[in-house]
Amino acid sequence: MLQALRVIRIGWLLQLKTMARSGFDILTVIVTPITYASIAFFLYRRGGGAETLLWVSLGAAFMGLWASTLWGAGNNIQRQRSQQTLEFAIAAPTPFLVSLIGTSLASSTVGLYSLVATLAWGRLLFDVPLELEHPILFALSLPAAVLSLALLGIVMAATLILYRYAWALANMLEYPVWLAAGLLAPIALLPGWVHPISYALAPTWGAKAVRESVLGGSPLIAIGVCLALAAIYLVIGFFFVQNFERLARQRATLALS
Amino acid sequence: MSTSGASPFGVPSKVRIVNVVEAVELRRTYKTTTGTIRRRSLEVEAVRGVSFSIAEGELFGLLGPNGAGKTTTIKMLITLLIPTSGEARVLGHDVVKDARWVRERIGYVFGGDRGLYERLSAMDNLRYFAELYGVEPKGQRARIDELLELVGLKGREKERVEGYSRGMRQRLHIARGLLHDPPVVFLDEPTIGVDPVGARELRATIASLTASGKTVLLTTHYMFEADALCDRIAVIANGEIVAQGTPRELKAGVADGSVVEVEVFGVEERSVERLRELAGVRAVTVEDREQKQLLIVQTAPGLELTHAILSQLDGVSVGRVSSREPTLEDAYVALVTAA
Repeated sequence: MLQALRVIRIGWLLQLKTMARSGFDILTVIVTPITYASIAFFLYRRGGGAETLLWVSLGAAFMGLWASTLWGAGNNIQRQRSQQTLEFAIAAPTPFLVSLIGTSLASSTVGLYSLVATLAWGRLLFDVPLELEHPILFALSLPAAVLSLALLGIVMAATLILYRYAWALANMLEYPVWLAAGLLAPIALLPGWVHPISYALAPTWGAKAVRESVLGGSPLIAIGVCLALAAIYLVIGFFFVQNFERLARQRATLALS
Repeated sequence: MSTSGASPFGVPSKVRIVNVVEAVELRRTYKTTTGTIRRRSLEVEAVRGVSFSIAEGELFGLLGPNGAGKTTTIKMLITLLIPTSGEARVLGHDVVKDARWVRERIGYVFGGDRGLYERLSAMDNLRYFAELYGVEPKGQRARIDELLELVGLKGREKERVEGYSRGMRQRLHIARGLLHDPPVVFLDEPTIGVDPVGARELRATIASLTASGKTVLLTTHYMFEADALCDRIAVIANGEIVAQGTPRELKAGVADGSVVEVEVFGVEERSVERLRELAGVRAVTVEDREQKQLLIVQTAPGLELTHAILSQLDGVSVGRVSSREPTLEDAYVALVTAA
């Protein structure tokens, strides 16, 4: 267990270092949430009051957080495959799931910046008020949301172990999840058949937890669901990594050649 | 496999594994597709029933041309590929059923300049793999320092890998492969693309591995390297082992013949083909040497074929002609050509 935690810690640290050393990564991380936030504010500022703008602002922050998680999960495996470190990481005795947790957590951690940037952008340029209704629960809801998103990222990354081009599919999931998770518009406005999908997604509950701790409500339930979903994603991720790794060794898809 | 006496790491002390690595009738098939609209599925047999064993402390060479199945064989042994059929054991454990057990006790180094985290320093690369291989945190720093010293990267460990030369990357690969002090090491063309001085240093490092009791499987294209380092060699061609033995035994296979070398300028393929068809010729290879080529013709014993060879090169500008004793490279060429 201690060994696994050490691998997660160093994986998280070195992934952050790797991302910090790429101009493209830094630019993406800085610009993306500000762009999303601006679009959201322009969409809602005419019709909405201060509370609506804050609600949208937090949704936009989660758009950035989700984009970072998704991009991190896809990019990490693809980069490892192209620089041929994937085989080395998989053939190490530490289960690959453990190293994936560290790198996926790093992407979600970077995504936290989008929350700060979105709120600051809204405050400075669009006069969006920022008052926390439940500061302590807000502090609890953030790590719960990051953890659940990171573990959802692992489920997606696991498919990339087996399918070399699954990153294209993963990228396509960015916008549908914004809609399904109610980041830009309430889930109640979506057709009924979308609701089960919405409730299975970490961004839905992460955004709900953060919104309710900022705007008022009972965020504890959403925080609890985030943690429960994280546990479910971990089990699915374990199952996927275990099986996809074996299939990849059977089908010889770990290397590019 | 038999038992008694001392043991490598991780194996009960009363058990001595004589054959540290065993491959029994290993086969590996790849599925591939051709065409864009009308896609056709193809099966490529990369390894076709390979069997060999490596004794404790032995340096075993696997030689073969590109695409012969060397890397596929190694990847099956290090648990990265599951064999289509056959069995492979490392330290007595099946590489498919006991993959994790095997992974803890093997190290591997692939040739080439990939396989490292480019944006990280050598130190970060080694720290990460030290954790992945469960190297004790207390001894981690000392072990990394020891290996950096061994591979000559001390003082450069904080630089990013993306700025490293090919030789430095190769040396870092070796350090990475030895982090957990594995008793069995797989080296897949470790000196490929490395400059002569760097390659010589790497060979000295490889030789020191068996001196410290490790069992090594080495693949290489360089015959002199295999000749100098390996206790035994298997030659693999078209996915099958075509010969196995000590370097001396392999050389003996062609030692009864002789080799005629002819410098030519602009020789055509049809002339080479004519030479191959000449009675008494075992193999012909052509090496490009700037504006000229060197024809290496292996001949059967007791025959003086120099005149016949030159007569087949009618119209071709011929330079120096010489004859010599066969080397391991000649043995290799003869074996691979015949396969």
